[in-house]
Amino acid sequence: MSEALKARIAGVFNEPGCDTNIAKDTKDRKKGCSKPLTPGAAAGGCAFDGAKIALQPLTDVVHLVHGPLACEGNGWDNRHASSSGSKLYRTGFTTDMTEMDIVMGNGEKRLYRAIKEAIARYNPPAVFVYATCVPAVIGDDIEAVCKHATAKLGTPCIPINAPGFAGSKNLGNKLAGEALLDYVIGTIEPEIVTDTDINILGEYNLSGELWQILPLFDKLGIRVQSCVTGDAKFRQVASSHRVRLNMMVCSTALINVARKMQQKYGIPYFEGSFYGISDTSDALRMIAGMLVERGADASLIARTDVLIAAEEARAWARIETYRAALKGKRVLLYTGGVKSWSIVAALQEIGMEIVSTSVRKSTDNDKDKIKALMGGDAHMVDAIPPREMYASLMRGEADIMLSGGRTQFTALKAKTPWLDINQERHTAYAGYDGMVELVSELHRAIVNPVWQEVRRPAPWDVNVPGALIESAC
Amino acid sequence: MAEIIHSHKSLSTNPLKASTPLGASLAYLGVAGSVPLLHGSQGCTSFALVLTVRHTKEAIPMQTTAIDEIATIMGGSENLEEALINLTKRMKPKFIGVATTALMETRGEDIVGDLKLILERRAELRDVRVVLAKTPDFAGALEDGWSKAVSAIIDGIVEQPGSAVPLHQHINILPGVHQTAGDIEWMVETTESFGLTPVVLPDVSGSLDGTVPDHYIPTTFGGTTVEAITNMGRALHTVAIGEHMRAPAELLAERTGVASTVLPSLTGLGPSDDFVALLTKVSGRAAPARLRRQRSQLVDAMLDGHFYFGGKRIAIAADPDLLTGLAGFFTSMGADVVTAIASTANSPLLAAVPTARVVVGDLQDLEDSAAATQADLLVTHSHGRQASERLDIPLLRVGFPIFDRLGAMHRCTVGYRGTRNLIFEVANIVLSGLHEHAPEDFSHALPIVEETRHAGATTATC
Ligand code: SF4
Repeated sequence: MSEALKARIAGVFNEPGCDTNIAKDTKDRKKGCSKPLTPGAAAGGCAFDGAKIALQPLTDVVHLVHGPLACEGNGWDNRHASSSGSKLYRTGFTTDMTEMDIVMGNGEKRLYRAIKEAIARYNPPAVFVYATCVPAVIGDDIEAVCKHATAKLGTPCIPINAPGFAGSKNLGNKLAGEALLDYVIGTIEPEIVTDTDINILGEYNLSGELWQILPLFDKLGIRVQSCVTGDAKFRQVASSHRVRLNMMVCSTALINVARKMQQKYGIPYFEGSFYGISDTSDALRMIAGMLVERGADASLIARTDVLIAAEEARAWARIETYRAALKGKRVLLYTGGVKSWSIVAALQEIGMEIVSTSVRKSTDNDKDKIKALMGGDAHMVDAIPPREMYASLMRGEADIMLSGGRTQFTALKAKTPWLDINQERHTAYAGYDGMVELVSELHRAIVNPVWQEVRRPAPWDVNVPGALIESAC
Repeated sequence: MAEIIHSHKSLSTNPLKASTPLGASLAYLGVAGSVPLLHGSQGCTSFALVLTVRHTKEAIPMQTTAIDEIATIMGGSENLEEALINLTKRMKPKFIGVATTALMETRGEDIVGDLKLILERRAELRDVRVVLAKTPDFAGALEDGWSKAVSAIIDGIVEQPGSAVPLHQHINILPGVHQTAGDIEWMVETTESFGLTPVVLPDVSGSLDGTVPDHYIPTTFGGTTVEAITNMGRALHTVAIGEHMRAPAELLAERTGVASTVLPSLTGLGPSDDFVALLTKVSGRAAPARLRRQRSQLVDAMLDGHFYFGGKRIAIAADPDLLTGLAGFFTSMGADVVTAIASTANSPLLAAVPTARVVVGDLQDLEDSAAATQADLLVTHSHGRQASERLDIPLLRVGFPIFDRLGAMHRCTVGYRGTRNLIFEVANIVLSGLHEHAPEDFSHALPIVEETRHAGATTATC
């Protein structure tokens, strides 16, 4: 790994905007937030994966992965970030390095030619070039290749130097953010600037969630200049440095971008969420307040309050229809990326009981919020080993589990209702409508008669107590 | 004879390949009580795991040696040792299959030697069988990884039969990477119907077929047992499916003296007949009535189905053996293979694919060529969905991965029954694309002038 990359990793680990980091002493801070992995007991993606997750939603650029097949070949077009325009981001591009390239040291040449071929055919506004483990080990300098290609070919080529072995997905998110700061943000001046321009950072428009939010802004006359990176075009991100306010929706992912944009361009930021009804309202209020502080028309605040009142009333009225069926039902919430506490609040509001919630990736701040909501920390757990999760579900300790795809089959094999609330899901859960959708999905999963059917043993099975054998004779 | 065209592109667009270590992992998943272990950084395992889960809709055990930055400099042997120990403690597997990734092979360590030392040194590993396949991503694809893993299993576990008597009527079956649980079930049932006992290696029909066990199992559930593998040298015969299984079959023959037959494919009437003929010969018995019935059902399906194949222009992109088998099938039903894209050039049979050109390439090649050759049907895995949408040509999903349809592991496309299913599936795709004819459909005919049609008289007399 090059010295430059090492320095950069140390830099993102020492993030003054991060709550967890601030709480540490100097020594711990130096160690960074990467926990050493246990061979044979590790799960989770690599830094390259994280960088790709953060940037791939940029729709109109070529995302070119430099490496042997596996990095792109096994993982392309696997998420549901949606686009209202270009579909180029769903195309898988890789140099698919061969043994010859590696042995002969032809990696850089192959990369340059690949960039050239991609530009010739697709004429994108930019090419994002991702480093992976093998080229990093043999010393391919993707920064130099990108620089050369940008100069020669006239299309910005952006190096994303986050090879997998450098660390976790989370580190990859941050390195992706650094690349945006260094090579993209501020490189184009926006055509129009208004006093209600904002960016949303860390929103990837999975299953179209951004589109659940945008109508709210439209009604308020707030202009989302750029979403980083959901449904974004290169031009929008490149000219995102003149807005009045940054809202950051996923605390761990792009905090470095928010903080550095504040430093460099004087754009204040706040952290908020569009998951849950009260969170959505808080976020809207915050945005209105901060925009007014920065010179927007003061009427924005009152208009926001009116909108919130109307939307909340409408959402609760729609959710109310599910209350009877969901009241008292027990939920096991096992999430990674999505903010647990904001879902906890919403589910409690309709009378559901949270048996436990994972706080693996939550900040201390998040944990405090959950504690306040659920009373004490009795229900907060770190990771649950699959064996225990399975046993607990088999004992019937939860009526439904909400988690990501990795634990899906633990729930299903325990014949327990399950709802996907992670990256790969197909349903959008953001904003007021999203919360209603989540509750209706929960309802649909829990009331499905299939659970009674699949739990019923075969009536002819003699090994099952109470089987029908005698009565049938 | 097809001409084999190697691409000179530096850019692979929309990869057709799935990686070699992933192919190896799939094979290891067909062993009972197993955990595949990818020797490399954690991301490789994560991608492979997620893709396998999406294809099989099962919980998949798969682990990583978690090579980090330090290990890429200092060497990966310690990580390998630690992973084996941790895995054994936590999951109590009977079998661990190690597959190396590109990163470790680039470093060029003596991984085989390291593993040998580890196994000698660590008493904790005595009860678990550990094998290793060298499967860098930069060489080959899914079929190669699968084949190498099966060779590694044979190499590490099969015992020399010595003077032991052959097991009564046992027959070894080495399925290829594209055989589903449904395919294997057909092979097993058919073999059993001749009074033979099949030993299938690897047997994903046990481990990846949707069983719901009544307790938690961290390793694979079902699959070929280590004991059964040990005794493969005492079988009467070995049948391998697909050219990529020739190497493992030959290794097994060389080790044990069990003669082997490699059948290139099991899809289509001819290939199914070959399989049954072989079983007839090995068992010395006539084919049972049930099988005769299946064959006549297939013949009937061919009669009913050929209308929808004849003259259809087919564009296929797949791993070499799958491509070869499917191209043969479509051609035998009267369709024309107008585009053939292979993921690698690693099969001598590619030259015999019934088409003019086989391009070693990616799904962009499929898309470009299918457009240029005006294909009626695309045949490839789920990633072909984008091309299918853009070109507005229907897609038949085959191979790996199939993540946007259910039942990938249960679909049977081999033997009399599977071929019959496949004929119906293709014919139904064609049928659902048929539309009521409009004048524009016949652009070569004379334009129909409204007035003459109304007048009636002129046209009626012609
Ligand atoms: S760990 Fe390295 S080689 Fe593996 S997928 Fe990530 S970047 Fe690629």
